[in-house]
Amino acid sequence: MTGNIIHHQPSYLEYQGRYKGLLGWILSTDHKRIALLYLYSQLAFFFAGMIMGVFMRLELIAPGRQIMDPATYNALFTMHGLTMIFLFIIPGLAASFGNFFLPILIGAKDVAFPKLNLFSWYLFVGGALIVLIGMFTGDGPPDTGWTFYAPYSLRTNTNVVVTVFGAFVLGFSSVLTGLNFIVTIHRMRAPGMGFFRMPLFIWAMYGTAWIQLLATPVVGITFIMVIADRLLGIGFFDPAKGGDPILYQHLFWIYSHPAVYIMILPAMGAITEIITTFSNRVVFGYKAIAMSSLAIAFVGYLVWGHHMFTSGMSETARWVFSLLTFLVAIPSAIKVFNWSATLYKGSINLQPPFWWAMAFIFVFMIGGLTGLVLGSVATDVHVHDTMFVVAHFHYIVFGGAGLAFFAALHYWYPKMFGKMYNKRVSNIGLLVVFIGFNTLYFPMFILGIMGMPRRYYDYLPEFTFLNQISTVGSWILVTGMIIVVTNLLRAKKMAPEFIDNPWGGRTLEWKIQSPPPLENFEEIPVIDHGPYDLVKD
Amino acid sequence: MEQNTTTHTAHENYDPISSKLGMWLFIFTELLLFGALFIVYSVYRYRNPVAFHLAHHELSITIGFINTVILLISSATVAMSITAMQKGDKKATLIFLAITLLLATIFLINKYFEWGAKIHHGIYPGSEFLLSLSHGDILFFGLYFFMTGLHAIHIIVGMVLLTIVFFRVRNGRINPDRYSFLENGGLYWHLVDLIWIFLFPLFYLIH
Amino acid sequence: MSELKPHISSYGSHLFVLACLITLTGITVAITSVQLGAFNTTAAMMIASTKAAIVLIYFMHLKFDDKIFRFMVTLVLAIYAIVIVITFFDYLYR
Repeated sequence: MTGNIIHHQPSYLEYQGRYKGLLGWILSTDHKRIALLYLYSQLAFFFAGMIMGVFMRLELIAPGRQIMDPATYNALFTMHGLTMIFLFIIPGLAASFGNFFLPILIGAKDVAFPKLNLFSWYLFVGGALIVLIGMFTGDGPPDTGWTFYAPYSLRTNTNVVVTVFGAFVLGFSSVLTGLNFIVTIHRMRAPGMGFFRMPLFIWAMYGTAWIQLLATPVVGITFIMVIADRLLGIGFFDPAKGGDPILYQHLFWIYSHPAVYIMILPAMGAITEIITTFSNRVVFGYKAIAMSSLAIAFVGYLVWGHHMFTSGMSETARWVFSLLTFLVAIPSAIKVFNWSATLYKGSINLQPPFWWAMAFIFVFMIGGLTGLVLGSVATDVHVHDTMFVVAHFHYIVFGGAGLAFFAALHYWYPKMFGKMYNKRVSNIGLLVVFIGFNTLYFPMFILGIMGMPRRYYDYLPEFTFLNQISTVGSWILVTGMIIVVTNLLRAKKMAPEFIDNPWGGRTLEWKIQSPPPLENFEEIPVIDHGPYDLVKD
Repeated sequence: MEQNTTTHTAHENYDPISSKLGMWLFIFTELLLFGALFIVYSVYRYRNPVAFHLAHHELSITIGFINTVILLISSATVAMSITAMQKGDKKATLIFLAITLLLATIFLINKYFEWGAKIHHGIYPGSEFLLSLSHGDILFFGLYFFMTGLHAIHIIVGMVLLTIVFFRVRNGRINPDRYSFLENGGLYWHLVDLIWIFLFPLFYLIH
Repeated sequence: MSELKPHISSYGSHLFVLACLITLTGITVAITSVQLGAFNTTAAMMIASTKAAIVLIYFMHLKFDDKIFRFMVTLVLAIYAIVIVITFFDYLYR
């Protein structure tokens, strides 16, 4: 299958442009190099966030003070949330793998606006720097939680203004990436590639890009209103001046709920690609999966209120939001059923990316099912703001989007670097991660139902045992992550192999050399069949 | 600047529809940005109808009306500059752009005096006098300053954009074969107008 | 998307559109001095929407551009409208 690919072009990694070394990277407008810039920065932030998480778990190993004071703990969970959400998983698969593979998968040489693409990365890094500055200047890092709920965010002495502004800049970066992707998908598809011949990852990216575009400005201006409230004393969200703090929650979640779909949709897209490749079958229900991506994006935009069931909304709003929330289950289930149907009677190839995808589906199912408990008003009021919620969103965001991020990394790694990692070590690493993940987060469901509130520094003695299990889980999880990442880093040092298509993939990225040449395609391909059709090259 | 890695075809190929699509998508984000503020406005007006009605008497309908007309005319002149460009009339394009910029400046000067008068009367966010008034007044003027302020920032950005357009038309980088930048500058300017069309009745014409 | 030759609007058509817009502005100011009760706000918003539509269709060229632009604008405005309605499910019934 690899025989007909000629290796004579320098890859994007080797190509020597006008600038050498680091400058050749940070001034490059090549989508593949920008993708790697994102990938490395995101992984760095992921590890920073992980370390914060480990310290939080260490503090919670027993009731009372262990290693830090309550104020530090408050700052820590805020920064953990900010780092993981705004710096790792919201750019997520879209910024790294989306940037790398979106143009390749549609048969284009680059995105529509390459310079804008690089600018987005600068905004991303700039925003991250501002958040970092907010941590170490003024009266210390914010202690509001990543949600910045008013009126506390207006009253606390900590450095909310700088941090919130950093988040605003990060949002701008996200908007521009989404804009770039939509134009690219509309205008740069290879000849013959109609919308219904696009790989499903692209459909997922398309839905994601629209959410980025339409939801992010809302939170952007909300953050600016918080800043104006603090600096000018306007009082938009200050009840003492007539403002309504619940309106802040509305505006915040109008973005931040769709943001969950910014995280999870590309993840689902990548999982679809992986499952199709490794079951050697044409994907089951192509159009259903494609449409479900758009449906999730659309309905996901209208369900934000389920974060606010106990905040004092009207009764009517509660049932409306609950109803809409249950509607999201339909397109999500369409995806899971179609994945299962694709696997059915497939010739399954048990490779590491496939195992990661299976791990994703397993934890995502748990996350999804516990979501039903939270989506229904009657049950939500019992577990709202308890550890149950913490467990649920870690199952969705980390177990879902996070594991899919690593699944995609293992799937596309040979293509991105032209090298193969040690598959055995990768499988062992995944096993450790999987065990660690469930040991860490599953006890939190039980703790939540027992009544342990989230974001608390201290707890009652009866919660000790489960908290200890959870803390041990965090150590296992970190061990697993170190194994996985070390394995990938070691592979980078190995000699390049000629592995253009190690998995037998059928989409366009597997028809070019690994790592891809600078302009991806020697000549733009002409598409005359569906993305997953089994045709002989 | 763009040759540092490669000669991307994306740079070589000029695709006006791509850039127009990009501009429209950007306009959507702006609409949603102000959209969120309009939600805030409508919620607070719904909760404080009487205070909003009384507070709006502080604003002069005449100045609001004049500014509306100014923006509408400037929108038309920018549209006409595109027509002139399509007809290949460089001089007319430049004249229409200059008129647009002039009108934008007059708008900002009006705004300056309008704001100045309010501030002179002690009405500005966080002022002692304003805080002594009712909740509805605080919110009305908070929103007034925030929304018209944000709109004014957009005017300034639009003016910078159109100034760049002006010089690029003059040195021929924008020409009848390649004028997306002018079109996009125009689209942005219409957006600014579009937002004002709603700001005017919501702040000046409350009944 | 079709890449046909662009439509060139005449100066006269722009001036006509401008005249319509200014007239509508005059009407909306005049109407505030008439007592119409709750209908005043409705009328003001309807006139504003009409003006916005005129700007979108003629000045922003939606009438002459590819239909994908019209489709997208409609979609975005529809989503925004739905968001307002859903938000008011809270405030109207609180």
